[in-house]
Amino acid sequence: MSLVATTSQTVGPFFQIGFERLYRDTLAGPEVVGEHVEISGRILDGDGKSVPDGIIEIWQANSHGKYAHPDDPQDKPVENGFTGYGRVATDSDGRFRFSTIKPGRVPGPDGRLQAPHLAVSVFTRGLLRRLITRIYFPSEESNEEDSVLNLVGPERRGTLVASKIEGRDGALEWNVVLQGPEETVFFDV
Amino acid sequence: MGEIQGYRRNYPGTQPRHLHPAYVSSIKRAPLQPLVRLPHTLSEITGPLFGPEIVDRKAYDLTRQHSGEPLGERIVVSGRVLDENARPVGNTLIEIWQANAAGRYLHSRDQHNAPLDPNFTGCGHTMTDSEGRYRFVTILPGKYPWGNHYNAWRPAHIHFSLFGPAFATRLVTQMYFPGDPLLPFDPIFNCTDDEKARNRLVSFFDWETTIPSQALGYRFDIVLSGRDSTPMETHLHGEKS
Ligand SMILES: [Fe+3]
Repeated sequence: MSLVATTSQTVGPFFQIGFERLYRDTLAGPEVVGEHVEISGRILDGDGKSVPDGIIEIWQANSHGKYAHPDDPQDKPVENGFTGYGRVATDSDGRFRFSTIKPGRVPGPDGRLQAPHLAVSVFTRGLLRRLITRIYFPSEESNEEDSVLNLVGPERRGTLVASKIEGRDGALEWNVVLQGPEETVFFDV
Repeated sequence: MGEIQGYRRNYPGTQPRHLHPAYVSSIKRAPLQPLVRLPHTLSEITGPLFGPEIVDRKAYDLTRQHSGEPLGERIVVSGRVLDENARPVGNTLIEIWQANAAGRYLHSRDQHNAPLDPNFTGCGHTMTDSEGRYRFVTILPGKYPWGNHYNAWRPAHIHFSLFGPAFATRLVTQMYFPGDPLLPFDPIFNCTDDEKARNRLVSFFDWETTIPSQALGYRFDIVLSGRDSTPMETHLHGEKS
């Protein structure tokens, strides 16, 4: 028997009531092994206006490149206290911020390892379905050979790569532009 | 060596397009560039899993979160979570949120001139059992006006959020009620082309889950993306075999 997946609907403006309990802006505390980073940015609409009722969810591997999930068959260590899940809402200025570790490399679709990345879902009022995107890391040589980044034309690839914030160790900036000339690359999953 | 099995892509027309101008908020928020089709990798076939320790066992009952009972019609909302291969999705988290009986959300941005209910917060969560079954006790949410167009009103609905087994199976949706006269006019409900897919968002009244002298029962089954039957050519150990 085959069923059809249920239709998605918008989270609307009041998702905080249901989502707040599982807000997680610290994916990795200081005890977690890896290169610690703080990622912040804004969600912007097609007029460049900030989106104060947005939420992003993060899913990532640990620093060894291992997901805390039974369908990850790799023989690599799982870390206690690190699940790889995050959920942060934007503030009245459309800003979000979370801290985590840079993940290790995980297997990709072409027999090569993928570059380190976070999988991201974006939900806001006005979005009838979530948007799916990724955050890659700056100055990372493996970005050049990443098969997913290479699906995207060079002119838009940069929207998937965070940038360093000068003068602050481990601080990265990454923005979500929902629409317009700087539109973030979103994926069909 | 090794292959991973991806999840099925959605059937055409059964999911909303991002840009649906009748829903005015989508006009400036929907991406206009085509989505880039992502092959499912280990990053998409895994996803956050939540254990029983994060579940408050009383959170399935939204009528017992305060000292008194909320106003409104008590209802039982229950159903099953299945995948597209009709297999139960067990032990998966469901979060819900909704307006109170008067159509007002307990949220600072809700400006609707209807009373808050001191005995109703409007959020709940639960975990499906091993057969994919879930059950909430709540009150019938009120219909409420919104600013989408002149005299716009949302049909009564409950917001649902599910994770399923993978990043690829994440779903946020809304459940509606049978016979709601506002359904034909609601741009959010009508954003999906496929009429059958749309109508599966409407729960049905159910004697079997109705509790005598207590609460009317509504059934709402949810289907998450299922595994594709054809494994993809994907190597797991970072080397060509
Ligand atoms: Fe609502």
